[in-house]
Amino acid sequence: MAAYETHEYDVLVIGAGGAGLRAAIEASATGVRVGLVCKSLLGKAHTVMAEGGMAAALANVDERDGWQVHFADTMRGGQYLNQWRMAEIHAKEAPARVNELEAWGALFDRTQDGRILQRNFGGHAYPRLAHVGDRTGLEMIRTLQDHGIHQGMTVHMEITVTTLLKDGERVAGAFGYDRERGRFRVFKAPAVIVATGGLGKAYKITSNSWECTGDGISLAYHAGAQLKDMEFVQFHPTGMVWPPSVSGILVTEGVRGEGGVLTNSEGRRFMFDNIPELYKELVADDAEEGWRYVVGDREARRPPELLTRDHVARMILAEVKAGRGSPHGGAFLDISWIKDRVPGGAEHIKRKLPSMYHQFKQLADLDITEEPMEVGPTTHYAMGGVKVESDSQMTNVPGLYAVGECATGLHGANRLGGNSLSDLVVFGKRAGEHAAEHAREVGPAVVREDDVEAAAAEALLPFDREDAREGPFQLQQALQQLMQDNVGIIRDEADLDRGLEALAELGRRAGAVKVHGNREWNSGWHTALDLVPLLTVSEAIALAAKERQESRGAHTRDDYQGKDPEWGKVNLVVEKAADGSMQVRREPIEPVPERLAKIIEEQG
Amino acid sequence: MPNATFRIWRGDSEGGEFKDYRTEYSEGMVVLDVVHKIQAEQANDLAVRWNCKAGKCGSCSAEVNGQPQLMCMTRMNTLPVERPVTVEPMQAFPVERDLVTDVSVNYEIKKRIKPFTPRPPDREDGTWTMHQSDVERSQEFRKCIECFLCQDVCHVDRDHHYHLDGKFIGPRFFVHAAYLDMHPADEADRLEELKDRDGIGYCNITKCCTVVCPEHITITDNAIIPLKERVADRYYDPLTRVLRVIGVGR
Ligand code: SF4
Ligand code: SF4
Ligand code: FES
Repeated sequence: MAAYETHEYDVLVIGAGGAGLRAAIEASATGVRVGLVCKSLLGKAHTVMAEGGMAAALANVDERDGWQVHFADTMRGGQYLNQWRMAEIHAKEAPARVNELEAWGALFDRTQDGRILQRNFGGHAYPRLAHVGDRTGLEMIRTLQDHGIHQGMTVHMEITVTTLLKDGERVAGAFGYDRERGRFRVFKAPAVIVATGGLGKAYKITSNSWECTGDGISLAYHAGAQLKDMEFVQFHPTGMVWPPSVSGILVTEGVRGEGGVLTNSEGRRFMFDNIPELYKELVADDAEEGWRYVVGDREARRPPELLTRDHVARMILAEVKAGRGSPHGGAFLDISWIKDRVPGGAEHIKRKLPSMYHQFKQLADLDITEEPMEVGPTTHYAMGGVKVESDSQMTNVPGLYAVGECATGLHGANRLGGNSLSDLVVFGKRAGEHAAEHAREVGPAVVREDDVEAAAAEALLPFDREDAREGPFQLQQALQQLMQDNVGIIRDEADLDRGLEALAELGRRAGAVKVHGNREWNSGWHTALDLVPLLTVSEAIALAAKERQESRGAHTRDDYQGKDPEWGKVNLVVEKAADGSMQVRREPIEPVPERLAKIIEEQG
Repeated sequence: MPNATFRIWRGDSEGGEFKDYRTEYSEGMVVLDVVHKIQAEQANDLAVRWNCKAGKCGSCSAEVNGQPQLMCMTRMNTLPVERPVTVEPMQAFPVERDLVTDVSVNYEIKKRIKPFTPRPPDREDGTWTMHQSDVERSQEFRKCIECFLCQDVCHVDRDHHYHLDGKFIGPRFFVHAAYLDMHPADEADRLEELKDRDGIGYCNITKCCTVVCPEHITITDNAIIPLKERVADRYYDPLTRVLRVIGVGR
């Protein structure tokens, strides 16, 4: 082991997006030694892509808002599969976490009276999202980054962790490689927080960056942690569909929050055609009422474009399927029409949605203040992930924590927009605090040299193999295509079976993949190693999707349409069996306590 | 599908050379797409840094036909393809491999700058009363995605390497200092450091940084000149100040 660069910490945080940074800040504040490992450069994590805002019941814009309403909205959005305790903590603590960002230098957009401005978003009863134009994620990550670097943590950039190390039952650290030289690194720590974000790269069309290969979920799974709710993958309704090379890139929900409307090729605002039962009372009767809601009329109800993401995504797909889609297979999203309704017209749109304006101008030669955009669903977010204890974020592996997108519990069957940024900081703080406490209590863990050698040997396998027919990039593309086709937005048993079979076959092919060249900045090698987590999370998604024989939230089964109350009582847990195979089982949902059930009822 | 030749710099800190790759590309593709296509089909071990492919993370900075730009935001139809498209790493930073450079100096510079230091909060919930008009100036600087293209193009870095020597923080960090300086709640004073340690005097307002900024931050006019004026107000007499602002004399 002496051969590898080794670092020892009390708390090791893997991932430096919003959740990882916030956890590292909190752990550092308690005075323990903290190491923060990121797959990219600091400040580049996928959090920068978050556009719309950060949900918190500050009640700056509408004083009727409060944690109770936010809690009830989150539970409804999640179709009651959420861990109620996480939804409660999140709703209660999000306002303090937003204010704290301001105290660390963030500059949110302001209300007339000089407070943090909040905007409307799908599924939220009141304007609730603190935001900065359409670049809220950038503001968050930069604030945490600039604050974090002065808190005493050590940052290791461009390092990919391939294995978690254990000391008996408990976690003992992590093993990985640096991208620059391909040198191995060993990190020893009695408390490890995985905060690696999502798994969107398991799909062909996604808003996620190359990093989002489900690393933390896979690392935790192979270390013995349980996964939960893996069948729930959020397809964001509005991704770019043209030109092909940019398809999947996100078009923020903020466009609809500012008044953007969805139409089909016949110019019909099809979202009015089908309002789900759960939301019947909450949606505007007509376009006029919807617009009044957008401009802040408190008597008005929301336009149907601001329904939950799963519903909007399915509605767009249905239009395309019925032959009423846009030329490149999506729907039209028009914000230009509000020009005649607001002072400043085109300038107003550019100020409210600057990144969108530039994105379309530069990548699609389209001026969104003049023309409608073409949009379609894109893989966006994993509601499922590593199962954690609500208050501390600890997994079932002692000392191992998970937080942010790679953890699960807050969002249930469908996440509301804006709830992820607040999730990162609310639970990031908690994970950091609890991990630091745990580290102090249990003291150093022992890393076994054999484990390290085994991890190193495994990471080098792709170099040692016989020449293969397929390279790592071809295999990655094959996996993305198969997940898109068989485990996508609309699922059925035959497809899922085909998908699982194909995944097993792909697993065998991945076991033979060969890479060339040397270890420095070798993308082929990195892609080969990323196949491991991609295959793991893909199998978990497909298994759980096959098991859940109903349609709920983001999980839609063509062969089991509609919700089944029996399925509303269980979550699906995925874990590794003694023989190494992946198993899925049902686990009853802990009932919502009386005091919270009352709140849900009162909020309608 | 049309064809193009990409002339990509391959090598490491010891040296390297341009290599030609002929490839097809389709409508709407950006330079990063083509580089990825070459990586997947012809050069698996080609090193390139990127994340978002949407102009939001600032990872994919390079020089395309000699121009510092984001590869993910440079569309093929903006480039002449009759001749080879050259792609090379940023010149102002040490190369790690192929298109990837060592930008760690930027993280060191950031750490040196006095962090946000607010006055006590105005409100009980720990927040400040700030109006949109008060925050707008700093908000412009917060659009920065830390692509470091402005650092790359600035002659003080590029030709003299003063950023690597610790004598000049460069345009990115004047933008950062300006954000802090113009933040309505910040109380720290960074002028002396700007003048002495951070080398703001080396900037002679060529505006090259403003031209390359993919976020269209008006780096020179809105960040650097106001900071220079504040430094001059405090440390120099009025006449020198006028001369300095217009870029004559030091
Ligand atoms: S204006 Fe100043 S900082 Fe910008 S490129 Fe010119 S010399 Fe460098
Ligand atoms: S100021 Fe502009 S060019 Fe400079 S690093 Fe920031 S975004 Fe890039
Ligand atoms: S890849 Fe993020 S800016 Fe180009």
